[in-house]
Amino acid sequence: MSARSGQAPLPRFEATGLWLAGLGGFFGLWTLVALSGAVSAQFLPSPWAVVERFGELARTPFVGHTIQEHLVSSIGRYLAGFGLAAMIGVPLGLMMGWFRGLDDAVTPLFEAIRFVAPIAWVPFAALWFGTGIGGPVLIIFMGAFPPALINAYRGAKFVEPRLIEAGRMLGASDLRMITQVLLPASVPSIVAGLRISAGLGWQSLVGAELIVASSGIGYLMVKGQSAISTATVMCGMIAIGVVGYAIDALLRAVEAHIHRRRGRNAR
Amino acid sequence: MSDIRFSGVTRVFQRDGREFPTLAGIDLAVADREFVAIVGPSGCGKTTCLRMAAGLEFPTTGTVAVGGRIVESPGPERAVVFQQFALFPWKSVWDNIDFGLKCKGEPGAGRRARIEQIIGVMGLQGYESAFPHQLSGGMQQRVAIARAYVLEPDVLLMDEPFGALDAQTRTVMQEELVRLARVNPRTVLFITHAVDEAVYLADRVVVMTRRPGAIREIVDVASVRRAERWDRHERIEDVMDQESFVHLRTHIWRLLREQQARNDH
Repeated sequence: MSARSGQAPLPRFEATGLWLAGLGGFFGLWTLVALSGAVSAQFLPSPWAVVERFGELARTPFVGHTIQEHLVSSIGRYLAGFGLAAMIGVPLGLMMGWFRGLDDAVTPLFEAIRFVAPIAWVPFAALWFGTGIGGPVLIIFMGAFPPALINAYRGAKFVEPRLIEAGRMLGASDLRMITQVLLPASVPSIVAGLRISAGLGWQSLVGAELIVASSGIGYLMVKGQSAISTATVMCGMIAIGVVGYAIDALLRAVEAHIHRRRGRNAR
Repeated sequence: MSDIRFSGVTRVFQRDGREFPTLAGIDLAVADREFVAIVGPSGCGKTTCLRMAAGLEFPTTGTVAVGGRIVESPGPERAVVFQQFALFPWKSVWDNIDFGLKCKGEPGAGRRARIEQIIGVMGLQGYESAFPHQLSGGMQQRVAIARAYVLEPDVLLMDEPFGALDAQTRTVMQEELVRLARVNPRTVLFITHAVDEAVYLADRVVVMTRRPGAIREIVDVASVRRAERWDRHERIEDVMDQESFVHLRTHIWRLLREQQARNDH
């Protein structure tokens, strides 16, 4: 990753130092506010109260499950929603980039639908698929689907024309064109799209579970709110943040790996 | 029979509601197994002619027919060698050559034999698993030619195939192409800027006018080549040294210069 223009990248230890300072500053401020007694523990739980609560949630079930179990069920839903979005979005995007008719038919509809926030699908998700696994999966899907599709579509649209001409000249069928030319040529764009898709999917998950679910981190947070346990809600927020960060870090690593490999392939 | 026939071909580009004629009535017949080179000033539409034979572009009026059939789409019987190679960067040399055969649905054993043969002919042994970016420009163009030749196309369409190569590599490739054309003659339409190259390779050289392109003159090289027995010489520089070669080259240069002079006014 390069630094912003005009700035040299910081040495590694300095960067790590700043990272720690930022984190330390945040928790320090939080501790100070909590210690000052200016706000009630109900209003803003102190860091140690959150840590303590986290320990409890990990050991004893809250609304049926420990926090780990809630997390596992959230991740399961998330993988289903994100997986479906990738499996449908990428091939559909590539096809839209290849078949002119499909492009004309689907793109306007899609350009409108993508502005509807995933959470707006909640009533229909609940109505059509219930509050068990299906409803939340649909909402995650709605969040993760647009970037998966759009990036595959753009990737396919902007493949070098001479490679497409070469493929056509060599007698490639539509299927072969899509799988052997458009897909490999679009890999960087597709991976970038899936990274955005993964992030938006994880964000939508919480929204989905806040409303429709019987387990999961979002569900834990709603129940924490009902029980007026702000520390529980805070624990949920931390779990979401940490897992989201981990998902993004993983996909960034995959992306960097692909770029390294393909950088050598670029002419 | 796989001749190429341009009949009254014109091409007009539309931009901002204005019309730009690029080709003004091309009539040209390339006979079966004939090697025809087209030279002309930049932007005269010579590449457009080739792309129309390939089925990548279409005439505004008139027709382009290959083997008596009007060209409507690209196809492996009209293989193209592009100036910028257009190899698939994510495929190895072997897989690049294999691509067209796979598209044809040839069985594995047959493909294997044919790829091995063309790799031998083009001097690509040892590079089968290399990727295009690992090869020099000359080697990449060998792969591109192998990829076209392996399909045993009726017609080979070469769009300034050696334009991106350095002078030495270019010479080697020109000699190779002559050798290949002797072993396995094809109908070839060859676009180039280089007059030397055109005279050395082609049976006939078509000289085009500047835009909108029309045919200025068709120069017969084959009869001179036979009469003067250019094929006695193995090396390109020896052929180029022949008085008859120099004479033809100068003639074509003058025709092109004429276009240049018109351009300057």
